[in-house]
Amino acid sequence: MKDWPLWEVFVRSKGGMSHRHVGSVHAPDPEIALRHARDTYTRRMEGISLWVVPSASIVASDPDQDEAMFDPAADKVYRHPTFYDIPEGITHI
Amino acid sequence: MASLPPIDLPSGATGTGAFDTPALEEGPALFEYLLRLGDDSLILGQRLGEWCGHAPSVEVDLSLANMALDLIGQATHFLDRAGKVEGKGRDGDALAFRRDVLDYRSCWLVEQPNGDFARTMARQFLFSTWQELLFRALVGSTDALIAGVAEKAVKEVTYHRELAAEWVIRLGDGTEESRRRIEDGLAWSWRFVPELFEMDDLAAFMAKRGIGADLAAFRGEYESQVASTLAEATLQPPPDQRPILGGRRGHHSEHLGHLLAAMQYLPRTYPDAKW
Repeated sequence: MKDWPLWEVFVRSKGGMSHRHVGSVHAPDPEIALRHARDTYTRRMEGISLWVVPSASIVASDPDQDEAMFDPAADKVYRHPTFYDIPEGITHI
Repeated sequence: MASLPPIDLPSGATGTGAFDTPALEEGPALFEYLLRLGDDSLILGQRLGEWCGHAPSVEVDLSLANMALDLIGQATHFLDRAGKVEGKGRDGDALAFRRDVLDYRSCWLVEQPNGDFARTMARQFLFSTWQELLFRALVGSTDALIAGVAEKAVKEVTYHRELAAEWVIRLGDGTEESRRRIEDGLAWSWRFVPELFEMDDLAAFMAKRGIGADLAAFRGEYESQVASTLAEATLQPPPDQRPILGGRRGHHSEHLGHLLAAMQYLPRTYPDAKW
């Protein structure tokens, strides 16, 4: 328990959607991590597929490098697909 | 397989006692059979609920509470139906909260105290393995409600069995302490397993009518499943002990009364309470 590693949990809510990060669980190994994820995050029909990933395997960007990493994207308006008309009824864009 | 010798009634005596075999007639027998199914789920659900807030980690707490809620859901279906079959105006709540120990028909295994986490998992593994095979058989019941509940519940119980088996394997093949604890838990629970397969007159009557399950039909499968998980856990099966029988006829250990006292306190103290 105290020495159980942490696992990040990803849930696919329905077919066609991507897995989305929902939280984390402690568990001694991958199989139990999946079961803990199921029991903790899909009790109310939230998902049809689960991923668990050891939290230690996540490579995160450095908050001190925020400006160099993210600010240059701020003034590139031409990268947004806002110049197209999207037909009505199209979802998940 | 009576646990007490039959009583020679004086000629002309009438009436029945709590421990008498119920009349083998369609209605009363179905009522008793539904109580067996419902009480097993209800009592184990209540036992697992006792872990709420006390489990080794918050994730395990949720696992145990989820199983408890699955089981109490099954009990609600079986006991509501039992009340209808009985025809005395009792519903599932009345049967759960206003029946005393002698009228409970659950097996001894489910009323056993939780002990430590290992003993709880040993009990769960031995029970859920049996309950899954039972519900698989009951999917073919000629009784539509029993078949329907069994079909839904078999998915829940398959998960319970898998989860409990995973823990038995990890505790058995874990540390010296976890191994000692799961060995103790299995040794404690082992003597209650034969009761799960007891085919008394009522069970045979229901099986013959296609409503109930023939328990002997899957005993071999049960034993091989248990043996295979114990082998994976590097555990030896405990030595067989003198079986303890009688729950199906209302004989229970002292533990059931305490469990019911906690479970029934509120509805008995405030009979008209709504929530």
